[in-house]
Amino acid sequence: MYKIIRKEVLAPTMKLIEVEAPEIAAKVLPGNFIIFRIDEKGERVPLTVADFDRNKGTITLIFQEVGYTTKHLGRLEVGDALLDLVGPLGEHLPVEGYKKVICVGGGSGTALLYPKAKAFHEAGAEVLTITGARTQELLILIDELKAASNELFIATDDGSFGHHGFVTDILQELLEKHKDVDEVVAIGPVPMMKACAELTKKYNVHCVVSLNSIMVDGTGMCGGCRVIVGGETKFTCVDGPAFDGHQVDFDDLMRRLVYYREHEARVQEHHECCGGKGGDCKCH
Amino acid sequence: MPLKPTKTPMPEQDAKERITNFTEVALGYTEADALAEAERCLDCKNPLCKQGCPVEVPIPEFIREIKQQNYSEAVNILKSKNNLPAICGRVCPQESQCEQYCVVGKKNEPVGIGRLERWVADWDMARDMQTEPVKATKGRVAVVGAGPAGLTAAADLVRMGYKVTIFEAFHEPGGVLIYGIPEFRLPKKIVKREVDYIRQLGAELKLNYVVGKTKTIDELFADGYEAVFVGTGAGLPKFMGIPGENLNGVYSANEFLTRVNLMKAYRFPEYKTPVQVGKRVVVVGGGNVAMDAARTALRLGAESYIVYRRAEEQMPARLEEVHHAKEEGVQFKLLNNPIEIIGDDKGEVVAIKCIAMELGAPDESGRRRPIEKAGSEWIMEVDNVVIAIGNSPNPLIPKSTPDIETTKWGTIVTKDEDGLTTKDGVYAGGDIVTGAATVIEAMGAGKKAARAIDKYLSSKK
Repeated sequence: MYKIIRKEVLAPTMKLIEVEAPEIAAKVLPGNFIIFRIDEKGERVPLTVADFDRNKGTITLIFQEVGYTTKHLGRLEVGDALLDLVGPLGEHLPVEGYKKVICVGGGSGTALLYPKAKAFHEAGAEVLTITGARTQELLILIDELKAASNELFIATDDGSFGHHGFVTDILQELLEKHKDVDEVVAIGPVPMMKACAELTKKYNVHCVVSLNSIMVDGTGMCGGCRVIVGGETKFTCVDGPAFDGHQVDFDDLMRRLVYYREHEARVQEHHECCGGKGGDCKCH
Repeated sequence: MPLKPTKTPMPEQDAKERITNFTEVALGYTEADALAEAERCLDCKNPLCKQGCPVEVPIPEFIREIKQQNYSEAVNILKSKNNLPAICGRVCPQESQCEQYCVVGKKNEPVGIGRLERWVADWDMARDMQTEPVKATKGRVAVVGAGPAGLTAAADLVRMGYKVTIFEAFHEPGGVLIYGIPEFRLPKKIVKREVDYIRQLGAELKLNYVVGKTKTIDELFADGYEAVFVGTGAGLPKFMGIPGENLNGVYSANEFLTRVNLMKAYRFPEYKTPVQVGKRVVVVGGGNVAMDAARTALRLGAESYIVYRRAEEQMPARLEEVHHAKEEGVQFKLLNNPIEIIGDDKGEVVAIKCIAMELGAPDESGRRRPIEKAGSEWIMEVDNVVIAIGNSPNPLIPKSTPDIETTKWGTIVTKDEDGLTTKDGVYAGGDIVTGAATVIEAMGAGKKAARAIDKYLSSKK
């Protein structure tokens, strides 16, 4: 069992948990992910590790409550434990040898961006970070990102904070201004990553994206997470989760991500058992 | 008493009934069945059956004890060589192993060795005995992968006096026995009981542990393990490379079966992992995994087809599996090969395009090579396609252990029959060495490696 020792509500549907997992904490690097399972009947769900503390033997996970399982995870409290936690999985992101990097995070993707921005910064790169969300209350990790970046830019879709518009507006400005950027890292909703990839292609700047495919095992065994990269089929779990954004077939990825939408509705309905709404009860 | 020419039949769930559930198809012998079948064994002075068994089970000896109703002695004899008898009795291809050599089989049906093995093992499980742990007096050995090869190696090493830790990536031990082979062919509680037995002997199990990621093999040595056995299996699904394979509704057999077996998607939404099965499912391939997938699709309510590029005689699946699949209503489109999977505007599978094949001259596998028949394309509407054309070895260990040499197919190179790899103290066996093969062959490799590890560590002291 993997005990939760800290929990924070970062935004209404965005939570942070710090979990005891000494063996994973000892090895994890920015870009790695884990797979968790809450209980005996639960699904296996991948989450990128947002932070880790090797001395304490803990890892930090940040997630948006989107489906049954992430909502269930969001209801767990300090002292509760996850039944299964496996990792670190996937290839980590190399951060050495870069001079200037733009990090772009959208929505909960900002949580996955943060450890990478921090790693680039610690490795000596100049880090320009852009984070965006629908509205101000959904912005997360602002102080942390400030500390890990030379400059931080913020955008909200509704203009409630920072730039009124998309992160790509700021990205374009920065690419115009800084001709010496050697890497852009973009993590967020698929349309955002797609837009960042297209934009950086115009400026001929390398762009890394981190994909959130549907997975079962996370070790290359099932092939459920396959994506088309540069015309070839790759497995997100062992070949990724980071890929060259200019090569990823984002439309294919988007289609694959919605395949179980009806099942998601059914599993939520099933859990209206205790008078709870859409799986909010704690009986499971 | 004259010898009965045919095997005592195996009681089975009726085909119509069983496709509505996931409970076991073959119900197992009664005591009377077992006694009747045991009587068919001639107890040969020079038993040939033994040479067909990769784990060297003393076959006539255990059958002799059944005849005399010394069942606990039959269990002891069986378990002296086979740590997973209830599993082997169910999934071994006995017809091409022990039973192939049975003298009775020369003129009649061979003795039902597998059925007797299963009966003895089930009798033993029903007694629910605790096993005394073996005292660990020797060194520490790490076993990577809790599948058939790893479990066998671990059990044998524990019996020899080693302190063994098994590292398993999944949240449950068993490997292919738990994620691959369906409940209706191998109930998971049987696997659990066999694993419990190995635990009771003294093996330690670490689940959710991906060697190559959580720790490398070198780190295991640094932690004090003196030898390592790698049994990580054939874990990377092959696809055909035809258009449409990434459409929604196309599964690898691994994913389809893992969702249903390990994650229990057949009990969705009680269990939270979904599997999407429409009205009609096509499974591509002709092996046991293809049969498992096709029969699973039936039980999930679909019309189920097998598309296989060669003829029935070339199908690698066990006869019994093909027979069961046909009995249940799986339809076979033999000598046909898919060339395209067709999707709609949502990116979901709606049809499959195949081409008829004919058999040419034998290829390197000795089977006649299938050749496309020009102009014979046809299209069938389908909702799902399951690709069951085999697996490549899992690359995680070789990738993280550069001094373990691999072949161009990704299998681990072994220097001898015992599974010694190019790295000192590291042995390997099962599908990671041979490429996809059978449960019992993997167990045989685990057994040999255990013996070799014992020899290696004894000589070091």
